[in-house]
Order: sequence, then structure tokens, then C-alpha cells
Amino acid sequence: MSAEIDPITLAVLAGRMEQIADEMDATLFRAAFNPIIAEAHDASHGLYHAVSGDTLVQGKSGLPIFVGVMSFAVKAVIDKAAENGDLQDGDIYIFNDAHLGGTHLSDMRLVRPYYHEGKLFCYLASVGHWHDVGGAVPGNYNPAATDAFQEAFVLPPVRLARAGTIQTDIIDILMRNTRLPQSAQGDLNGQLGALDLGVKRMDELLGEYGADTVRAALDALQDRAETLMRAELSDLPDGRWEATDYLDNDGITDTPLAIKVALEIKGDTMTLDFDGTAPRCAGPVNIALPTAVATAYVAIKHIFPSLPANAGVMRPIDVKIPEGSLLSAPFPAPVGGYTETILRMIDVIFTAAAGAAPDRVVANAYGTINALSISGKRDNGQPWVMFSFYGGGHGGSFESDGLNHGNAPISTATIPPMEILEAAYPVMFKQWALRPDSAGAGMHRGGVGATYEIEVLEGNGAKAFLFGERGRYAPHGVVGGGDAALNVFSYEQDDGWHHPPMASKMVGISLKQGQSVRLDTPGGGGYGAPSDRAPEAVARDVAAGFLSPEKATKDYGPSWQEERT
Amino acid sequence: MSSRMIGVDVGGTFTDIFVLDETSGMAQVAKVPTTRPDQSGGFLSGIGARVDDLSTVSVVVHGTTAGTNALLERKGAKIGVITTQGLRDVLEMRRRDRPRTWGLRGDFTPVVDRAHRLEVPERTLADGTIRTPVDLDAVRTAARQLIKADCLAVAVLFANAYANDENEAKAVAAVREIWPNAHVSSSSEILPEIREFERFSTTALNAYLQPEVSGYLSRLETALKDGGFAGEFMIVQSNGGVMDVDTAARLPVRTALSGPAAGVIAAGYIAQAAGFPDVITGDMGGTSFDVSLIAKGQSMLSPQTSIDFGMVVRSPMIEITTIGAGGGSIAWVDKGGLLNIGPESAGSTPGPVAYGQGNTRPTVTDANVVLGRIDPENPIGGKLERLDVEAAKAAILEHVGKPLGLDALAAAEAILRVANSRMAGALRLVSIERGFDPKRFAFMPFGGGGALHSGAMLADVGLARAIVPRYPGVTSAMGCVIADMRQDFVQTINAMLDGINTDALGAHMQRHVSDGLAMLDAAQTTFEARETAFTLDMAYLGQTHTVSVSVPVTVSDGIVTPPSEAQIGEAFDTAYRATYGRLLNNGTRRVINLRSAITGKRPRFDLATLAPVGGSVEAAYKGTRQVYFGGAWHETALYDRLALPVGAIIPGPAILEQPDTTVLIEPDLVGRVDAFGNTLIERADP
Repeated sequence: MSAEIDPITLAVLAGRMEQIADEMDATLFRAAFNPIIAEAHDASHGLYHAVSGDTLVQGKSGLPIFVGVMSFAVKAVIDKAAENGDLQDGDIYIFNDAHLGGTHLSDMRLVRPYYHEGKLFCYLASVGHWHDVGGAVPGNYNPAATDAFQEAFVLPPVRLARAGTIQTDIIDILMRNTRLPQSAQGDLNGQLGALDLGVKRMDELLGEYGADTVRAALDALQDRAETLMRAELSDLPDGRWEATDYLDNDGITDTPLAIKVALEIKGDTMTLDFDGTAPRCAGPVNIALPTAVATAYVAIKHIFPSLPANAGVMRPIDVKIPEGSLLSAPFPAPVGGYTETILRMIDVIFTAAAGAAPDRVVANAYGTINALSISGKRDNGQPWVMFSFYGGGHGGSFESDGLNHGNAPISTATIPPMEILEAAYPVMFKQWALRPDSAGAGMHRGGVGATYEIEVLEGNGAKAFLFGERGRYAPHGVVGGGDAALNVFSYEQDDGWHHPPMASKMVGISLKQGQSVRLDTPGGGGYGAPSDRAPEAVARDVAAGFLSPEKATKDYGPSWQEERT
Repeated sequence: MSSRMIGVDVGGTFTDIFVLDETSGMAQVAKVPTTRPDQSGGFLSGIGARVDDLSTVSVVVHGTTAGTNALLERKGAKIGVITTQGLRDVLEMRRRDRPRTWGLRGDFTPVVDRAHRLEVPERTLADGTIRTPVDLDAVRTAARQLIKADCLAVAVLFANAYANDENEAKAVAAVREIWPNAHVSSSSEILPEIREFERFSTTALNAYLQPEVSGYLSRLETALKDGGFAGEFMIVQSNGGVMDVDTAARLPVRTALSGPAAGVIAAGYIAQAAGFPDVITGDMGGTSFDVSLIAKGQSMLSPQTSIDFGMVVRSPMIEITTIGAGGGSIAWVDKGGLLNIGPESAGSTPGPVAYGQGNTRPTVTDANVVLGRIDPENPIGGKLERLDVEAAKAAILEHVGKPLGLDALAAAEAILRVANSRMAGALRLVSIERGFDPKRFAFMPFGGGGALHSGAMLADVGLARAIVPRYPGVTSAMGCVIADMRQDFVQTINAMLDGINTDALGAHMQRHVSDGLAMLDAAQTTFEARETAFTLDMAYLGQTHTVSVSVPVTVSDGIVTPPSEAQIGEAFDTAYRATYGRLLNNGTRRVINLRSAITGKRPRFDLATLAPVGGSVEAAYKGTRQVYFGGAWHETALYDRLALPVGAIIPGPAILEQPDTTVLIEPDLVGRVDAFGNTLIERADP
């Protein structure tokens, strides 16, 4: 703990520094070329500790999963710079190696030391999901990858800039390793712009308040976050709660993979022990250790939404990731499908936490991003790739039913409008609808999932790739709530509709003009016993068509029929 | 000849009236309580307070919150939707967002019941090809079903109708034949722009408001006419322009930010007249602080807003940034020991602790009361007899002082400092973050509480000065009288610039101009000038965010000469370079939307007519009060603000009081009354 800081200056500085990170986010969102950053906000910025790399301040508008994972990226650069031994003002490191920095290879990380009066003060970092970074499949979601090299080009931490001079050699290497150099160049420029802005704003802030005061504030904010977390944990009863859930398969071998957690609260501390989780697998549902630790943070922040976004929060929490498990797979294990695995980690943490904090936890959300790509060639030979993620229902909570058709808990991404997709690609959506009977029953039911049916209009046909989950294990309810419906993917062939042998994962599905694919996504799990749901709420869902009369009676009993109007 | 113009702004608490006599140039203001649920009572009694004979009035312009309130309180009409097969849930599915990033809680119910969203066979593709002609029998059956279900308005929402409106137009014609009232609209009539959720949402919310708002406006119009009014009745739109009452009844969704937009228009006008064309306005209410930036006299427009989660209105609006820091915002210390302001608010009921209406948690206003900045004996608004200083002090000590180890006064100052820093953050957001240097800008507070915080805005953001308008409480009503008449149009083009069909583009421009000018012609108002402006939303192929490109177009005698491909390309390059600093080599340029604005410039009035006549500093002096600044009590001079003469110089610390506003001049600042009666607050040392 460094110099004392008065509580009022602290409150003022907390807001100022958050604003700097937010402004860095906004700078990249505006400048980025690729819609994954520009529209889906799959990016993040923040300030990180000069020695430990711990997250000090992070922007509010970036992707939630990055809040925890960025400190690993900064730490990787700190280690690399120590090895190189010549860190200086104006250096910028760049890399995408997911085993060092977490998440997947699509995420390009830029880390820049920030110097004040010749001394290292902190690090600034920017991460953004690039549209394409080489590998076997455009867009880098390769459900059949068995190592990182099949997923993407792997870049370890290297100096993109030395003492303020951009190393154009590095840019040349990057641009030669992407199918979309124009998009990559636009995103890179945006990330560099965000870092420049961060430096400028930090200069202003330190000029105004002095380095000692700002440093004291940063320390105090970490301590305060820790105090807050401890206070929240103290309010919960001591105990140990376990939960296990499964991934359908790894895309290579069709065997379920267990994700298990034991959540223990003792006084003002918490342990999350993932012992019992399946071992490292062949396919891309492995994740690297940094991703696993960061995911624990995402789950905790959803349970305690008012906690600040800094590393102090994690001090009272011990996350135990077993060695050899798919949650700590070493290089070069494939990790491209990390989203599915971390969604399942969040699900088991919620399910376990429901025992400790039933009024704070929401039931499981739909639990899969359903990365679907449909691609082909137009008559003029021009290739096209439509790549998007699809939504589902959120879990019910103590206060309300779950949200119908929401985005994944690890993301804040919105879905592109159907009309934008139809204008850009030769497809037509026959259905863009809510899916009846997809929500888990409960006092507060889960949100309803969705049905998307997409027809190929192009005479040359198309090929479809899907990376999804929850095809065999449904999202769970909590506190007595019921499970949601399974994820169902269907595709049309000459002899009718088919489902993939691996449930929700498949490569290279050939579609002719006029044939369609359909996604029926899960809803969210229910909250509380279905018998506690008001019969008029059940009748309302039946009238709206969210619930069939048969399922209504099966889940809730016959009393809703008296409320029919 | 009648020659009076009246602006009426109906707010949550008060209805404000601004009367301008065009012949004499004299202005009068009035403030009466807003009546609920029917606001027309307050509207008419407010006008009646200043004008006996409505036949002497040429124009009444209304800034209304009727639409906003109906949206926020979900009090619109029962409506139905007829839509493309497979798409009835678009309104409910939104863009797959969620209410809050963290927590995953909360749900959403759209304004149209799922049972009243009916699908019919029809389909247009993205290139405008009709794949399935509309089944008009199915449309009629659906319409009859909705009529039977007592729906009062209906919206026809078809896929890709922006690209070809044929199916929609046929369907809407069929519905109009059998629908019992005029409340029938289609998405291509309301917003012919790509993005189905935004277009459907805007059209559905418009339908949701139509019965309510058109009824309200027609009640007002009838009452005005019954009172002898024979002039023109107009409504302020969210874009800061006015429209005639028939247009407003047809397009009520365009009134979503009517009142606040009028305030910003007036603020820009006052500031420009005072010699400061760059200004940031700050409207401090009970629960929020609304900020808007005006550069070189021009307000910023944003293309859309969310009235609430999932309730998107896409039509140009004056950009207003809102943060949850108002007078009623509650101050609290979290478990980590950090002082927070809001987002919880005590609003105006029960209001701050000092109101004595049941709230026991301290608010920003309570801090102002405890520090002597607000006169406890004469609370503004006139509803309360006096304010309870001791209760406010006790609450601050209990909830903020004790947890932070501060006495009540230090805790009250801490509350103000944190609240001010949040407000300053909002000012920084709209200026620094958008590339505007705040030193060039003046701060203009309006609403009841903003003028207590202007010193802090100068200090925290580095603004040069604050301008407090002479009547900050009636700014929106004044804006009604000042605003130009304006219509905005949009059309999605969705074409590469290379080989663009400029004739087709010109035809859209011509239609916009013809419709817009016809609307100006129909108005009984006189215009000093008519202006047309055209912008194209453009981007490089593959880029999502568009740049707004102003294109050169000549309009002579109402006939449009469209720009050439080369002219558009040049305009794009200029705009793109200004936004991103560089162009993209070999990038393919695309035109996404055409936006046209047709404006009739209304005559200006001389703000100097509002200036004080005579008066003296001595006569305005009301004595002193102890006010707490920077850790000590200061003997602070009090003045009757409206009695101060032009040119008066008031060194801080001082407080200028008027019926609905308190102006605080902190130590080290000096106030000056300018030729228009505004108070300029600047740093005392040059």
C-alpha cells in the first residue's frame, strides 16, 4: 500500500480512469473495419500493473471475458520484455498466442508500456478479434482442428514498435498471413490509435494529479475491490457445493466431456476447484489456463454485478484448475472453440453458486454461440462467407423470467440485422423467430430460444460449417427450475432433413440452391419450482404461443387452463 | 393582424409558456403546474395566464412529452402488426442484446402482444425482387382479426420493404379500405431504411403512439380554436425542427425528444446571440443530467435512440447524453468504502431528505441545502413551505460522513465533488471524446439546478465560462418559438459508388424535396429562407461504420440537379479523411443511405428584448447568507437576479436568486450581466 489518498479524490480518479479505458474502446469500435469489433464489440482496453500485469482499470464496453484475461497477455509481455532486457518507451508488443494470452488465436493483443518522466508507470493494452488470421478455415472456427497450427497463424509476443518506430517487417508478416489484409490493416490501425489515445489521456491525468496520487489511487482501487468482494462473500453462508455438466464432444470423438466444479465458501474467501473435469482432448474445446481463470472472474461478476473490473476482486478467490485437464491445455492444443467450454464453466459455477446465493444467481443461459458459416462462390467466381453467432434464451432469476433471445454471457455482441445479411450474401431467412417450448420451466421460466431457417439462393450452392454445443446436454434450471430444450441443428438434402452425427458440430455440409439449414437454439433454464409459477403467467405463455398446451400441463399441471380467456 | 407567437413546453412538473409579440418584440414568460393525466388543462391555463384573446395569436408551438411518457410508462394503444411469414418475433428478439452487461437479469416485453403479430405470405428479396407476391386475402383476414381484437392502430412490417415497397404498399392499401380509423402505417412509409428491427420498431412505436398523441393534439387544437385561435399549431420534433400538427399526428414517434430538443435549440440561439457559438448545455433535473454539444451554432444529430431497453426509435434527433446524476440522486458509500452518486434517485417525490416527504437517504440537493447554497426558507417551485436543513444534515452524516470518517459539512462537500466529477465526465464525453477542445466552449446550465454547479464545470473540464440564460427555467418554451420548420427523409440506396445510378438517386432527392417543400407551402407561417441539405451514409466495402458525407446538390425552383459520381467520390474522400485521417488504397466505396433535410427558416427575434431595463446592483442586493466553500463558511452576498442591471459585475462568492433558479458564483469567479440579461460566469483572475 502506497501513499494515503483521500476518499473523494479516489472517487473522482476512479471515474476519470474508467473514462480513459472507455474512450480507448470507443476509438477502436469507430475505426475497426471488421464487424466483429465494430458491431459486436469483441475487443477490450485497459490499464495494467507495471510489475504484475494485474488489471488496474478496464473499459466498460468491451467483451466481458477480456476483463480477466488481459492481465495474462500483459504478463506474457512483461516476461518476454524481461527476457529481451531492453524495454523502452515507445515499444509496442503484439501477439495472438492463446496459450500465453488466453481466449483464441483470432484475438490480436497489443501491449504498450506507459512511461511517465522516464519511469515505467503501467501498461496499456488493446485486444481485438480479427476477421481472419490464416489457418485451415476462413474466420478460424475449425471444429475439426487437432492442433493450433490448423486453427491459425501463431504469433508469439514480438515488438511491433521499438522506441516509437513501427517495425514494418512485422506488419508485412501479419498481412501475408491473413485472407483479409485490408480488414486486418484497418483493425491494427484502430488498435494503435486506441493506444495512442490512452497515452495522451494518461499524460493529461498524471499532469493534473501527479504520478504519486494516481498510483495511490490505483492501489487503493484494488484494495477496495478486494474489500468489496470479501464483504459480499462474508454475507454468504459457509459451505461446499458441487456441480457437473458436460460438453457434447470435442468434434473429433463423440464422447461427452465433464466440466466439474466444487465451490467452497469459508468466511470471506471462496475456492473454485475444477478437479474432476475431463482431461485434455483432441479437438478444439480445450482452453488455456489464462482463459479458465478469467472465466471464473466473468461468472463471479455476473453474480455480483456491481464489483469493479480490476484484479483486487480475485484476491479472496482461489481458482484451482487441474493440470492435464482440458481447462489448462498446453501449446499446441487447439483452443478455437473456447467459447463453448467457458460457457459451460459459467453454467457449473452458477449451478453450484445457487446453493450459496439462491437470490443472486440466474439459471443457465442457452450455453452455445452456434458459430455458423455458410460460404460459396457466386456466378462471377467471387467467394462469399457469411459467418455469424446466433442467440438463445437467458436463465430465469429471482426477480423475473429470463430474457428471450439474448446474447451469450461472455459477450455483449448484437446480431447483424437479417436484411444486412441478405443484402450481403445470397441467402434468405425463412424464419427469424422465437422457438416455442424451448425455455426451462420454473417460478420464473427461462427466456425463449430462437429458430433461424436459412435458404441458399445461389445457383452454385454453398457449404456450411457449424460449431455449437448443448445438442445432448440441456441448460439447467436452478433452485428447482427445469431444464431448457436442447440445441438442434438441421440441414436439408435431396432426401429430406438431417442432423449432424456429432450433434451441433459439422464441417463441409453441401447445400444446393433452394436447400436450407435450421438452427433451433436452447432457451434458458428455469428459476424456482414450476409449481410456484402463477397460473395466469402460464396461460399468458400459452396464449402467446411460447408454450404448447401439452407442455404447459406437463410442466405446470392443469391449473393454468382455468385462467384461459 | 395577429402577431403573437407562443411556445408551450409541458414538463413533468411545470408547463412553461413563452409569449413573443412580433410587432413590439416584447416577450413574456409564465409557469403553471402541469395537469395530469390530461395535459391540455395546464396548456390552456398557461396560455390564458398571459394572453386574453387567442385571435391575436398567429402561431402556437408545442414541445411535448406526451409521446415520451406514453413510451416510458407503456401507456400507448393496443395495436396490431401484419408481417412477413416467419418474422413475427423481430420486435421481441431485438438485435439480441441484453439490458445490462453484467448480471444477466431482466426481461423484455414488446409493445405489441405476440397474439396480435400476424404473419401473411409475401416476400421481397434484398435486391428488390418480389419472390412471393403479397396474399391480399390473408392481409384482409389478418386486419379483420386485429379489428375484432380491438386494436386501435396497425403497422404493416415486411422484409426488405426499403428495397421495394410494392408488397407493403398493396397490403397497406388493402388494410386502409377496411380499417376503421386513420392509424394504419407501413414500415416503408415511416422509415425506408435497411435494418428490419430498427425499421419495424420505429414503425410499431409510431403506431403505438398514434391514437394517444393524435387524440391529445386534436383536443388541444380544438380547444385553441374554440378560444378564437385561427393561426397555426405546430409541434417540435426530436430533430429540433417543428412540424405541423397533422404531420405530428401521423408521425408521433418524431416527438420522442420534443421538449429537450427545444431546450437545446434555444440554448444554441441564446449562446450565439451572446457571442459564444460553441456551447455545451446541461439540464439538471431530479434524476438525470442531460448534456448536449453545440459547435458553431449547430447541434449534433444522432440517427437513433433507445427510449428504453428494446424500444428503438430511428429518426434524426438532437444528440443528448444523459447520466444518472440529478438533484435527487442518492449519495451512498459502498462496502469497499467508495462514495457513489446514484443511479438510485429520490426524484421529486419523495425527493431529497430536506423535502420532509419520507426519504431518509441523502441526495445531491441535500448537500446543496446543508452547505447553504439553496435558500431553505424559499424553496424553488413553490410547492414546499421550507426545507429541513437539520434532517438533510443528519442523513448526510449518517450515510456518508460516518462511513468515510468526515463531519457532515465535509461529507456534503464530498457529495458535491463526486457529483460534479460525474457531471464533468459527461461534459468531457461529448467534447474531448468527440475531438472538441473544451476550452473553446461555454457551459450553459438550464433547468432548475444546473446553475448551482457551473463553477465546478469550469474548474473540472476547463471550460472558459458559463452562461446562465435570463430565464433558464423556460428555455424549452423559448426554443419552441425559435425552432425552424424541418422535415427529414431517408432512403436506403445500397449501391457501389462505381457506376452508381445518379438519375435514380436524383429521383429520390427530388421526391424528398417536393414532399418537404409542399409541407412548407402548406404551413401558414412565413419563412425567411428555405434550405435543403443532402447527406449520404457511405463506407468502404467491408466496413460497418458509415461516414456522413455532405454532397453538393443544386435545387433551383424546387428542381434537383443530382451530384455526379465524381462529386460524390470527392465529398466522400474529404469526409473520410476528416474522420479517420487517411484514405484506404483501392478501397471500394459504397453508398448506403440518402438523408435529406428540408428546412424553412423562421424569423428570428431580438433577445435583447428580454434584457433588464434599468435596475441597480444596490436595489437588487438582498443581504447575505453563510455558504460553505472549501472547508469554511463564507459570508455570501445575495441578489435578486432579475433586478440586476445590464453590465452589473458581481464578484463571488455570491448567490443570484430568481423564482425557479439559483445561480451560484463561487469564490474566485465573477458574474457579469450581459446586454441580453444573461449572467456570464468567468474566472476572476484573467
